[in-house]
Amino acid sequence: MTPFLELCDLDVAYPPRKVIREVSLTLHCAGIGCLLGPSGCGKTTLLRAIAGFEPLQRGSIRLEGIELSRPGWTLPPEQRRIGMMFQDLALFPHLTVSDNIAFGLRGWKATERRARVDELLRLVSLEEFAKRHPHQISGGQQQRVALARALAPRPRLLLLDEPFSSLDVSLREDLAREVRTILLREGTGGLLVSHDQFEAFTFADEIGVLDTGWLRQWDSAYNLYHQPANRFVASFIGQGVLLAGRIGENGQANTELGDIEGESPAGCVAGDDVEILVRPDDVIHDDASPLKAEVAERAFRGAEFLYTLNLPSGARLLCLAPSHHNHALGQQIGIRLDIDHVVMFRRNWSVNCVER
Amino acid sequence: MSLFNSSKSRTLLSVLCSLLMGLLAIPALAGGEVNIYSARKEDLIKPLLDDFSKQTGITINLVTGKEAELLQRLQSEGINTPADLLLTSDAGRLAAARQAGVLQTIHSAALEKHIPSAYRDPEGYWYGLSVRARPIIYAKDRVKPGELSTYENLAASDWKGKICVRSSDSIYNQSLVAGMIAHHGEAKTEAWAKGLVANFARSPKGGDRDQIKAVAAGECDLTLANTYYLGGMVTSSDQTEQAAAAQVAVFWPNATTTGVHVNISGAGVTAHAKNRDNAVKLLEFLTDDKAQRWYADVNNEYPVNPAIPPSATLKAWGEFKADTLNVAKLGELNAEAVKLMDRAGWK
Amino acid sequence: MEVDPSAPPCPYSQSFSQSKRDIEPLSLSRRAKSTWIGARGFDRWTLLVVGVALLLALPVFAVFFTALQPAGDVWRHLVDTVLADYVLNSVALMLGVGLGTLIIGAPTAWLTAICEFPGRRWFEWALLLPMAIPAYIIAYTYTGLLDFAGPVQTLLRETFGWSRQDYAFPEIRSLPGAVLMLALVLYPYVYLLARAAFLEQSAAVLEVSRSLGAGPWRRFLAVTLPLARPALIAGMSLVQMEALADYGAVQYFGISTFTTGIFRVWFGMNDPTAAAQLAALLLLFVFTLLVLERLSRRQARFHHTGQRTQRPLRLQLTGRWQWLATGTCLLPLLFGFLIPAGQLAVWTWRTAPKVIDDRFLELTSHSLLLASGSALLILLLALLLGYGQRLQPRPMVQLAVRGAGLGYAAPGAVLAIGVMLPFAAIDRTVDGWAREWLGLSTGLLLSGTLFAMLFAYCTQFLPVALHSVEAGLTRIRPSMDDAARTLGAKPRQVLWRVHIPILRSSLLTALLMVFVDVLKELPATLILRPFNFNTLAVRAYELASDERLADSASFALAIVLAGIGPVILLSRAISRARSGYDPLS
Repeated sequence: MTPFLELCDLDVAYPPRKVIREVSLTLHCAGIGCLLGPSGCGKTTLLRAIAGFEPLQRGSIRLEGIELSRPGWTLPPEQRRIGMMFQDLALFPHLTVSDNIAFGLRGWKATERRARVDELLRLVSLEEFAKRHPHQISGGQQQRVALARALAPRPRLLLLDEPFSSLDVSLREDLAREVRTILLREGTGGLLVSHDQFEAFTFADEIGVLDTGWLRQWDSAYNLYHQPANRFVASFIGQGVLLAGRIGENGQANTELGDIEGESPAGCVAGDDVEILVRPDDVIHDDASPLKAEVAERAFRGAEFLYTLNLPSGARLLCLAPSHHNHALGQQIGIRLDIDHVVMFRRNWSVNCVER
Repeated sequence: MSLFNSSKSRTLLSVLCSLLMGLLAIPALAGGEVNIYSARKEDLIKPLLDDFSKQTGITINLVTGKEAELLQRLQSEGINTPADLLLTSDAGRLAAARQAGVLQTIHSAALEKHIPSAYRDPEGYWYGLSVRARPIIYAKDRVKPGELSTYENLAASDWKGKICVRSSDSIYNQSLVAGMIAHHGEAKTEAWAKGLVANFARSPKGGDRDQIKAVAAGECDLTLANTYYLGGMVTSSDQTEQAAAAQVAVFWPNATTTGVHVNISGAGVTAHAKNRDNAVKLLEFLTDDKAQRWYADVNNEYPVNPAIPPSATLKAWGEFKADTLNVAKLGELNAEAVKLMDRAGWK
Repeated sequence: MEVDPSAPPCPYSQSFSQSKRDIEPLSLSRRAKSTWIGARGFDRWTLLVVGVALLLALPVFAVFFTALQPAGDVWRHLVDTVLADYVLNSVALMLGVGLGTLIIGAPTAWLTAICEFPGRRWFEWALLLPMAIPAYIIAYTYTGLLDFAGPVQTLLRETFGWSRQDYAFPEIRSLPGAVLMLALVLYPYVYLLARAAFLEQSAAVLEVSRSLGAGPWRRFLAVTLPLARPALIAGMSLVQMEALADYGAVQYFGISTFTTGIFRVWFGMNDPTAAAQLAALLLLFVFTLLVLERLSRRQARFHHTGQRTQRPLRLQLTGRWQWLATGTCLLPLLFGFLIPAGQLAVWTWRTAPKVIDDRFLELTSHSLLLASGSALLILLLALLLGYGQRLQPRPMVQLAVRGAGLGYAAPGAVLAIGVMLPFAAIDRTVDGWAREWLGLSTGLLLSGTLFAMLFAYCTQFLPVALHSVEAGLTRIRPSMDDAARTLGAKPRQVLWRVHIPILRSSLLTALLMVFVDVLKELPATLILRPFNFNTLAVRAYELASDERLADSASFALAIVLAGIGPVILLSRAISRARSGYDPLS
């Protein structure tokens, strides 16, 4: 089966600066993806390239097997049948809600158009606001109008450029879930751009983490969290620290918190320095443990406390402990490691490490 | 451009274009015509021109404006200028036009007969059409004619705070000063001007009529103004103007010396006139009896044609000795005059 | 299309791709490349904008070019005598008028935008009426009224039996008087812009400041006014340029400014070069001001980044505040419009039978046609430049558009000469070629035609229209363009379906403002008009400068009446844009 959306080795630049470098990703069969990354990483540029607003310097974009962009040629946005939701919504202030929704239905027969608009109004539950103007409805309702408008002409793919960032948190999650349901039902693919990983987790099946134009990893949320492919993803997704260690005789890593069994990075031999990803949930509070660490900070999270601990070596560690263990600052508490997925990175290129 | 491709925009554009074309076609060209650039206001000459058209069937096309602007226009239009005749309200400007090379000589027996030599260019480049004098106008109840003598005397300290005069921007004042420079030289004239300025009752503002009204109202006691302004006020339909005119009288200064400063309104045929003959015809018409009588009776000006008497109003002011300086000189010294007035602080 | 065996089975419905609405999206024609997308080199728009801007800046260039020739000792003379006066008076005039229009325009704008008091609805548009009166007309009118020989002083003298030395009446024909006259007819510009700014301020900001304990006065000074600062500065700079360029009123009052100096040196001393140099100096000064104004505005953003901007509730005034407000709004209206128009009406009544005839109707139709034709033309040009700027926001285009705006700073007569010289030169050259190569004379093609006049108008009034168009365009965010395109609209459809409806009120504003400006225009018309072509303004000026004030009144009144309609429409258009929809949602 052809991939639904395929980006091959994309380069997008604002000369002379390259904004997107060698990005390749594939979205299978009208799935929902997300481009995640800190501000300035180029995710919006990538989205705009897919929409047809930015030309490519290298690579190609294909939708359902048909080429949309390549260096020197870009199919105009109005011919791509790709819908888009914008960060500032960009609703047309001079049109009513139903006229906004009907905007993309220019060539349709009047009866069909009316039917489709009604259908969408029902879909986003805005029937009684049909005759209002955008400035007369609330932020959340405006979002739904933007969604309905983008979906009206039955696009094959919907691009979302951080559309939920202006809403309050509870509304955001609800809306994100709602949009996802609608997209799945309509059979429209979706690609979200966000800097908020939790939104990404809620919304998307596959997530790409971008860092200054490079796509660091394109994978499911679970894999990103538990099997980050590189240091950037490891530090960006979820919380955690990188604990220093050294490869021992038997291939395990020796750290101040004990030995850790796991797959060492390729090319590392005994004696190499490595770093192990330790998530807060990997650190278990155990009074019986001989290892002690000092509580430097703590944050109450309701069911848990997130402790920031100081190790004797000076390194810091995060620990998530059930909140009935209420320890004061400066207290020494016992901890031990319990890591399910061991993620190790080579610390720095030491002379002893040989690349195979 | 996407804007111009839409059919609605196209129709709008074509309507606009045809409208513009229609407007642009206004300077229509008919046969038998004379084109005039006139610095004299339309009202002052239109009836005469209409008369001429009726009589001869020649169409007259008129553009009015300020002299210097018309001159500039003539100069830049060069060979292709549509103007046949340049009409001004001051001799200085005609001299300037001649110097700029935009006029041509014409000789006409009728013109030479009707116009005294002091009021036309010696070589026939321009001809005066009407005469105006710039006497001293004084308040009847506050000044005795015996106190007045000459222009030069106005700088005396007796008149401190009693004189209203128009701004130095006025061409009439500039010509007056130019005339004084011609008679007395720059140094003496500058001293005179400084003295005159020291006697101002108020900073110069307004036109000649305003000065006369100020004299009548008591703001000052005397002023210098052109005769046709006062004449216009005397015959005005506005009661207030008439009343003001009744309170002042005319004094002819310099009776025993250089004479009253006079100036002319006049015209010259342009160097590249396309309708030369018609222009000359018009000039002759304007110096003929009927036109001169109109200048006299309706405009309250002194006819340049000595055969025609001035209007009753003007006659009532009496005879005067006119300055015999050729008015061409006024133009030559104009720039000096302006600088001098600046130096004297005449605003 | 191969099947990729390693791909996960698709859990979602596949029926979508067979939808009926599958348009043929793949016009694989190579011409599908859109110019919207980064054409980084010289493209049509850049060339067009720069070309038009250069053309419009031609008169200014001509003036500077003339100024480059060596002048005589005129400069020494000027420096010795009057230059200091010119500079001081011009600066004083500018500052005075700027301050005056601020004092009149800002409070009235705030009152009609934010508060509710008796007559507010009426004042909203009525306060714009003084815009219909040319400055020289109001100068003549008030002189007639307040001068020594005028009715007011005469009445005083008669009532109290005074003579000249017994009382001191402020002299209307003075610098303060000129400042007052200009402020009275120019404040509507500040009023308009300030009002727009006040209306756009969000309720949230005001409510926050209220909750922090600031009373209405402090709110005004500390919050409202600073937020409206960009609009106020823009309005004031517009007004100051007008004041600097004014000739009729200032000359009548006997004030020596740069502008009157230019005329004087040119005509009085017959030194066009020195005059052009003075003009060039003036232009440089204004240009500097404009740049400073731009810089000060750079921080301000025109489109709000906040969420919805709820319309603030009007501040209901009570008790004596109500009447104070009504009074504050009534004063400018009274002195800027009602009294002058009343005086004009009285004079017209006295002289009408003599003055109004066929020629009067002809003049009126000329004026109206000219004004509407120019307004349309200038609007098209403004749209062209505005869009060019939007599509290609590179420095060169920005600079070109700024340059096109230079003409506004120049006095009308200076521009007219700046038009005349190159046109005449072109005519001469073309004629020379024609004579040489074709053996016939093409005569004057450009000079002395309506085209020359229209060209001068374009140069002078384009910035007015451009300002409005730009303000409108900045309200249309780029994301709206993108949204429309993702919904299937081609670039020209975006223009038609999204931009024009949103711009409608800005376009109307531009049209009306240019219409009124051309109707009142005098110096350029005087110099450039073709044969047998006159306008109301020309006639009114001729009669007034010939000291036939009463006779000129009917023409002046016709101008004012013709201008009232557009001014009212203008106000309606602006307030409709506010109450209809908030273009910032």
